Amino acid sequence: MFNISVFNTLQYDPELCIGCEMCSLVCPHAVFAMNGRVAQPVRPEACMECGACQLNCLTDAITVESGVGCAAAMIYAALTGKKEPTCDTGIESSCFSSE
Amino acid sequence: MISDTNENCMQPHIQPTTRPITLANRWDHFLARWGVNRSGHRVEPGLYALGNPTADSPVFVTANYTLSFDALRSALAGVGGYIMVLDTQGINVWCAAGKGTFGTDELVHRIEATALHDVVSHRVLILPQLGAPGVAAHEVKKRSGFKVEYGPVRAADLPEYLKTHMATPEMRRVRFALRDRLILISVDLVHVLLPMLIAAVVLFFFSGFLASAGAVVAILAGVVLFPILLPWLPTRDFSSKGFILGGLVALPFALVTLLGNPGATWWRQVGAALTYLLALPPVTAYLALNFTGSTTFTSRSGVRREIFTYVPVMAWMFGTGIVLIIVLSLI
Repeated sequence: MFNISVFNTLQYDPELCIGCEMCSLVCPHAVFAMNGRVAQPVRPEACMECGACQLNCLTDAITVESGVGCAAAMIYAALTGKKEPTCDTGIESSCFSSE
Repeated sequence: MISDTNENCMQPHIQPTTRPITLANRWDHFLARWGVNRSGHRVEPGLYALGNPTADSPVFVTANYTLSFDALRSALAGVGGYIMVLDTQGINVWCAAGKGTFGTDELVHRIEATALHDVVSHRVLILPQLGAPGVAAHEVKKRSGFKVEYGPVRAADLPEYLKTHMATPEMRRVRFALRDRLILISVDLVHVLLPMLIAAVVLFFFSGFLASAGAVVAILAGVVLFPILLPWLPTRDFSSKGFILGGLVALPFALVTLLGNPGATWWRQVGAALTYLLALPPVTAYLALNFTGSTTFTSRSGVRREIFTYVPVMAWMFGTGIVLIIVLSLI
């Protein structure tokens, strides 16, 4: 049985890290933590590919194929041959409780 | 429709707002949770004054979804400040950030449209952390001069956050507790209601009450029981969790069919019992798989892998079950 969060597209090059801490601040699953002056992926398996770290990384040290982990949208795209939509229905509810 | 008349006018246009959530607000939240007028729960984009803010007061940014805006303003107890509402087409912060509508471009545009430079003397914006998938903080700084500060995930943590402007690790993590999952059930229930009624009526006339009830139970297991039981179902992925739950709820129907009709021939009874075990679990499993879109932690790669692994199994099981029902009714 595979873990749904083990397989992701997160890649990180510590050589490029300038220690701005942005990735550790924006990640909702604490994937990155600071190890001295450099960010370190401490929970890479928890990455949900939201893309926040990549977008806020000044030096492009992080890459991830960001997208929404929503089966309904992906099955719809596969069946209709259309471009994968971002979830317009179910997913909205996922962040109701947040700001 | 949202009127946005201050768009072309560079004079600061600030609307007042208050902290208390009224009965009308609560009714609006209730309707949103039940999927009524899904994209109509909007706040006019622009700048709002909470309390009596001065040029030094903090600026909080949010989406023009009533639940987002109301969560923010009600959390700011005793804190005066400005709320800048971005136009996210009535969608909450996190989902809008994923789409890019809660994004760098809209933020920079809204800063200009509200003439924020003339309203406050400082150059700091406090954004919800979940806006980060759409906003590049360094880009905003470069294009507008405003520094983006990512606050906590939940608006309720803002008063604590504002004491030090440092979020604790707990404030930075999304949760998916029982309460968070329960809130989602109503919207999914509305989505399956019509297909469920159709399936129930068709099966009632085709196979009788038990089959009709089986379909209803399998569907309700997928949209009501599954979100509740999610962490306690063994296995890790959603589809196999769904198969387990679907198997459990199908079992009584299979047993009643097998044992409840002693007059029939044995192979007919076994066949009829088997239809429940084949047709119902994939229905529950499919709905369980669809719940991935409502969670706060599933990744696109993970869900894709799950679709390729399990959807063919679901389709074969369901198809075989349906064929068996038809064959048994013919012979």
